[in-house]
Amino acid sequence: MTATEDTLRTSASLAEGLTPADSAAGGARGDDPDARGKFGVFGGRFVPEALIPALDEVAAEYEKARNDPAFISEFDHLLRTYAGRPTTLTEVPRFAEHAGGARIVLKREDLTHTGAHKINNVLGQALLTKRLGKTRVVAETGAGQHGVATATAAALMGLECVIYMGAVDCERQALNVARMKLLGATVVPVANGSQTLKDAINEAFRDWVTNVDRTHYLFGTVAGPHPFPEIVRDFARIIGVEARRQIQELTGRLPDAVAAAVGGGSNAIGIFHAFVEDEGVQLHGYEAGGRGADTDEHALTLTTGSIGVLHGSRTYVLQDDEGQTIESHSISAGLDYPGVGPEHAWLKDSGRATYHGVTDDEAMEAFALLARTEGIIPALESSHALAGALRLGRELGPEATILVNLSGRGDKDMGTAMKYFNL
Amino acid sequence: MTTLQAVFEKARAEDRAALVGYLPAGFPTKDGAIAAATAMVEAGCDVIEIGLPYSDPLMDGPTIQDAVHRSLANGTRIADVLRTVEGVARTGAATLVMTYWNPVDRYGAERFARDLASAGGVGTITPDLTPEEAGPWIESSKEAGIDTVFLVAPSSTDERIARVADCCTGFVYAASLMGVTGARESVSAAAEGLVKRTRSHTSLPVCVGLGVGSGAQAAEVAAYADGVIVGSAFIRRILDAPDEAAGLAAVREFGRELAEGVRR
Repeated sequence: MTATEDTLRTSASLAEGLTPADSAAGGARGDDPDARGKFGVFGGRFVPEALIPALDEVAAEYEKARNDPAFISEFDHLLRTYAGRPTTLTEVPRFAEHAGGARIVLKREDLTHTGAHKINNVLGQALLTKRLGKTRVVAETGAGQHGVATATAAALMGLECVIYMGAVDCERQALNVARMKLLGATVVPVANGSQTLKDAINEAFRDWVTNVDRTHYLFGTVAGPHPFPEIVRDFARIIGVEARRQIQELTGRLPDAVAAAVGGGSNAIGIFHAFVEDEGVQLHGYEAGGRGADTDEHALTLTTGSIGVLHGSRTYVLQDDEGQTIESHSISAGLDYPGVGPEHAWLKDSGRATYHGVTDDEAMEAFALLARTEGIIPALESSHALAGALRLGRELGPEATILVNLSGRGDKDMGTAMKYFNL
Repeated sequence: MTTLQAVFEKARAEDRAALVGYLPAGFPTKDGAIAAATAMVEAGCDVIEIGLPYSDPLMDGPTIQDAVHRSLANGTRIADVLRTVEGVARTGAATLVMTYWNPVDRYGAERFARDLASAGGVGTITPDLTPEEAGPWIESSKEAGIDTVFLVAPSSTDERIARVADCCTGFVYAASLMGVTGARESVSAAAEGLVKRTRSHTSLPVCVGLGVGSGAQAAEVAAYADGVIVGSAFIRRILDAPDEAAGLAAVREFGRELAEGVRR
């Protein structure tokens, strides 16, 4: 029986349904955004008026869905029988030897169907799309993982699917482009701006506003206008809900720290959220430091950015002194984004979570180390969290337990790895 | 300085719609934008919207994206936008700035409103600023004595239209269709209904933009709206011209066609 199944019968809401009954975080929803979609000063809606009715419609339908036992049970069924939940924990002692001997435990989202945590959110939103009576989904993708996940859910539910992907990303993630096409999606390379994730998001918004009558924008991360940061978080938080129960079963207590990579921030929120109320558990997010914080080629939005508006939300942004977005860089396409979800901005400013940078080189080192010591090839995105955990282990000492979100597998990154390591 | 109120009063007295032209600052060059906007005024535009080029123009189609990209590549800064406003306002046209919110947010709302007013600008159009977030901007604009124009769309409920119109001064911008900027074969049938619905909530003039690309379309819209807004179709003429002089001539000719359209 899964955690969700446990509580579904007595649960009235999706949030509670996805939270184990014995969890201290159960029912703790004080961190939901307010009526304007704000987490503190962050979030909100900065979009053309034409999209407001669509966002209202999504928010209203989601509110109904999360209180509908039939929806919860369908979502839960898909998570168990299609996505492969619950995912296991794996302790990695040989890897941890390089972290001063601290205990490192991985939450294996790489073992889900399609190979990354993104499947959780897309299954939830694809169900929501059907409830909205819409027949078409559009989505943006960076590394291609969200695109593949969306194309997968669309194939499963018979929805037309159009994926916008930066032309540069199409090139570095050619395998995922082929996967999306095989799954029946149309992949549109976006050749304007920096030709990466941010421009794919712009283009997906343009499609949505044009075809909103029959289209849902299946947003892939906890960024964007309200209600996306809340919806995507709720569909991703199963990661932390499971992990919180599992790690207590494994170690008899809560971890000392939770580590996750942060691009837009969905895998990080997914694992952080169930631990937010656990004051003794440190939350650490690792952003893409690219070629280094002292260069202008990085994606250090929370650690070096400033507060602004990007893609419909007030949050931390990489921007120049006049509010023009600065193009980000990361060896990992999924972290190559100059914005970040507003809830992370809020967790940062409230001091509850701490954010750091991990360079391309550090991430690649952790990528290779996990492969060689544990036989697990992680996604480059997740490798940033692994590099963070190595650092964290040395800081916290051998008594510490660190839970790492292994958000995806690295098959898609072999092209990059071949070049980097001359394989 | 001509106010928006004066523009619409004059148009009404002449029993016609006002003509509003859009061009991003810094396109095709910093001086070229002032020259092109001046040509638009000479051809008959009553109001000029100077676009503040932004790296992520979410509601713009390929033509304006292209122009904005070139403008940013030309190194256009907010000081250049204000200089453009100053140059265009000197022609006597009511001059607005159309801008996404983040550049203003970053520059400082109060400071932007003040500097725009000093440059002779009469207001702003802010396509991604909704009433929920507009409070501080409306206050700063009021203080600086400039108008605040917001958008309504075919998808807007009556309640939304009332709320948006309530935040507007000068006029209400009715987006004629669900989509991004850019000339279309025909003007959306949704536009006329939206104008009617908007009028039932406000006594302000209602101008229609998005998708207008010919004199005939301008005439069609002028039959039910107080103003006709044209952007991409002007830009297209500059992009397609072999040189700047030819571009100016094409802009002038097209401006005359539109000016004739709003007088039909």
